[in-house]
Amino acid sequence: MASWEHFSHGSDIGVRGIGSSVEEAFEQAALALTAVVANVATIEQREIVEVRCDAPDLELLLVSWLNAIIYEMAVRRMLFSKFRIALAGYSLTGALAGERVDPERHQVAVEAKGATVTALRVACNPDGQWLAQCVIDV
Amino acid sequence: MNLQSLLRYSDFEWWIKPTGQMRVPAIIYADEQLIADMDEKVREQLTNVATLPGIQRAAYAMPDAHWGYGFPIGGVAAFDPNEGGVISAGGVGFDISCGVRALRTTLTAHDLEEKKTDLADALFRSVPAGVGSTGAIRLSEQEMDNMLCGGAQWAVGQGYGNPEDLEYMEERGRAFGAKPDCVSREAKKRQCEEMGTLGSGNHYLEVQRVAQIFDAAAAEALGLRENDIVVSIHCGSRGLGHQVGTDYLKSMVTQGYRPIPDRELACAAIHSELGQRYLGAMRAATNCALANRQIITHLVRGAFSRILPGVNLTLLYDVSHNTCKIEEHYVDGDRRQLFVHRKGATRSFGPGHADLPPSLQAVGQPVLIGGTMGTESYILVGTGESEKLAFSSACHGAGRAMSRTQATKRWHGQQLIDDLRERGVLIRTRSFRGVAEEAPGAYKDVNAVAAAAEQAKLARRVARLVPVICVKG
Repeated sequence: MASWEHFSHGSDIGVRGIGSSVEEAFEQAALALTAVVANVATIEQREIVEVRCDAPDLELLLVSWLNAIIYEMAVRRMLFSKFRIALAGYSLTGALAGERVDPERHQVAVEAKGATVTALRVACNPDGQWLAQCVIDV
Repeated sequence: MNLQSLLRYSDFEWWIKPTGQMRVPAIIYADEQLIADMDEKVREQLTNVATLPGIQRAAYAMPDAHWGYGFPIGGVAAFDPNEGGVISAGGVGFDISCGVRALRTTLTAHDLEEKKTDLADALFRSVPAGVGSTGAIRLSEQEMDNMLCGGAQWAVGQGYGNPEDLEYMEERGRAFGAKPDCVSREAKKRQCEEMGTLGSGNHYLEVQRVAQIFDAAAAEALGLRENDIVVSIHCGSRGLGHQVGTDYLKSMVTQGYRPIPDRELACAAIHSELGQRYLGAMRAATNCALANRQIITHLVRGAFSRILPGVNLTLLYDVSHNTCKIEEHYVDGDRRQLFVHRKGATRSFGPGHADLPPSLQAVGQPVLIGGTMGTESYILVGTGESEKLAFSSACHGAGRAMSRTQATKRWHGQQLIDDLRERGVLIRTRSFRGVAEEAPGAYKDVNAVAAAAEQAKLARRVARLVPVICVKG
């Protein structure tokens, strides 16, 4: 069962995605990122934005993926509530579905400044579930 | 943090002796209680910093230190480029040159009382704050580069504020050596609509009352009396700085100095091409932060003049607490140019320092410590001793005691706003959840942090400020 959660960091917040594949774990981590900024359930999927990123390994790819979303949130003034990715080695193509930010309706909390390499981990648990996590600077 | 593993040098100075790969000791300035409350991660990160090449004297943690990114927040470390010294994106932080600026007003609390609500509303309308907010200023490509080279000096040249303001900023409001061509297109694009915006999270614009004076002579030199109204602005380099941090953290992780004990400590030799590019970009982001705080100052002055015509706002000082600066310091009797990282730490030059303006020569550099919307903030001044203790550095804030998730479970934004209004503090925000995350109770006791900074001789307390109006992002 795919899911996401937050974990504590000294002054900021950690995001963790869990899924049956790397793709699913990355998508869930993206939902956790959105939930740092706003209430995911209030964000409608009116527009789709595509992103591409690559990295030398899977963990840095997670950081690049989350940073690509943060960048699109910032420059488009949008929030996203649905994510789909296709992985090819250490490259990914992602589709982000969302809408323009409405601070009151989306119950916004805080901007994400960037995804960090702190508490960064992408790994497959013994139960076969993938985990993708890192700390977000807010 | 476990006190047993530290060497108590004095009640306010605790050492970790060099072991393993550590090139220098690690030193924490704080009282016993503050250290006991610190995360073990502070020790781990500080000892990791102590392994980096070219580090001088020690890796330092300020009284408000907590778990950061590679460097602890509240961390200070100086590097000599001629001994292989490095520069680290994590040692500066994502919000490059985030800082606090304090403005004196010609008002007392009594003068403000009748107009408090009007002023709160005017400030909230004038200064864009919070997720998705945009500023009114749009810069062309050339203007953006001019801003990145000129900082607050550029902003003053554009009509945002007065030339006198520049006297009371570090480096007179402009970081030299900025290289706009080392700033990515993405970083510039992220800044397009964000000039003159406050941001969110722990950033704020506050109208505060001087509640207590600790040092009458220093307060007089800073033009502060009890019950005076001051304005504090806490924000940084906005989207541009965040993207520069993101871009160069990635470059340093993949192409930076090796070996390092932890990937999050990614860095580059100062003399390397990557190190020089980061320096150029970081200084450009510093200028972005300085220009941003200058534009916000202009917007604040406009709001005051509409509600309280004739009130004058003068700059007390502007400090950056996420920086790496070239400074001259003595090491083993030699005067050297060092690259001093302050991640969540404030420069605290003591009296007589050549970089201070004439009116601050006798008193030392103001150190502005931000609190939370419900508690206190502090103005301190640097001491002569702080150079020897920690390369002239002091703390920057209270530091969180509780995670954002815990805070939102415990408090509700509207209730907090109502409670604070009962206590005479007006909050203006578009985000109730943001207010809950920033609840005063989620932070450590800023009084203890300020007291410890003084007891450790890093800085001297001058005044304690309490909030009257707070605009939250």
